[in-house]
Amino acid sequence: MGLEAEIPVLTTTVEKMVQWARRSSIWPVTFGLACCAIEMMSMSCSRYDIARFGAEVFRGTPRQSDLMIVAGRLSRKMAPALRRIYDQMPEPKWVISMGACASIGGVFDNYAIVQGVDQVVPVDVYVPGCPPRPEALIYGIVQLQRKIDRTRLSA
Amino acid sequence: MDVTNLVAALTAAVPGARIEAASATTASDGQPTLFVHRDDLVAVARVLHDTPELAFSVLLDVVGIDRLPAEPRYEVAYNLLSPSQPAHLRLKVQLPAADPRVATVQGIWPGANWLERETWDLMGITFDGHQDLRRLLTPEDWEGHPLRKDYPVQIRLTPRSTEALQVTEEEFQANLSEDRRARARGGAPAARPNRGL
Repeated sequence: MGLEAEIPVLTTTVEKMVQWARRSSIWPVTFGLACCAIEMMSMSCSRYDIARFGAEVFRGTPRQSDLMIVAGRLSRKMAPALRRIYDQMPEPKWVISMGACASIGGVFDNYAIVQGVDQVVPVDVYVPGCPPRPEALIYGIVQLQRKIDRTRLSA
Repeated sequence: MDVTNLVAALTAAVPGARIEAASATTASDGQPTLFVHRDDLVAVARVLHDTPELAFSVLLDVVGIDRLPAEPRYEVAYNLLSPSQPAHLRLKVQLPAADPRVATVQGIWPGANWLERETWDLMGITFDGHQDLRRLLTPEDWEGHPLRKDYPVQIRLTPRSTEALQVTEEEFQANLSEDRRARARGGAPAARPNRGL
């Protein structure tokens, strides 16, 4: 964006403005599967406060959400429900796979747990940890914002 | 009432019942435990429940046990509580690997419904006479019984991302057009029973 001298306007491209708008108000869906969700809640509360990054408005419905944070291990019985929630979110939408269980199954190498949620929904950012600290998840969200900034509209 | 007297009382109440008190090695936690033949289970359970001085009115849990490779391979343990005595009792039924089935105790403790469903779901023990023996914890289309010792624990299955339809496509289309007709008449769509879990 450039500030024109003497005239109180900013000039930019539509693409840059759209990217800026999208990354500045990422609304996650209220959705936690296991203990990682505790860290996710902690991240959204006063001590870590992701309002600083414009992502604090957890919505109670997927229809108003941009971001799904898969926080915890996904059981095979839960997979259709997770996919349904993802399908109900309007485009554009992003997914963060939070923690070892969501990313690769973690310690639960067994028949009941999906070995990576990327088998069910497309994942944009993987956050390692067991569980990841709130700072790590905030870092994941900042990475996602960078990714959104790089996403071309005409792609 | 100690275990010896209990066995005597039960044998008197159910003539011919095959009941055996567990030894110190088979019930090392010291909880009174009886082994009952599977054909006598319901009669014995009925006496334990109905006799006023016993009054085992609470079925705390039904547990399936797989003793592979031992034979009899399966055991079902019924953990009972009598709040009025007060006392705990564990009833055990041994089942052969070839034919793991036992009669349901739903008629005595209605709460056995889900407990037996869980035991069937995870251990594959059939409860004869159960009114609704469906999967409880695993998805409806699951194959096998995962808590059996010979189940492949680290099996790699492709996760399903869609739920099974609860109506056929024809039923779905028929419901849609029926609702459309109802709205055209100015009425509300008919309520349909939920066929989910």
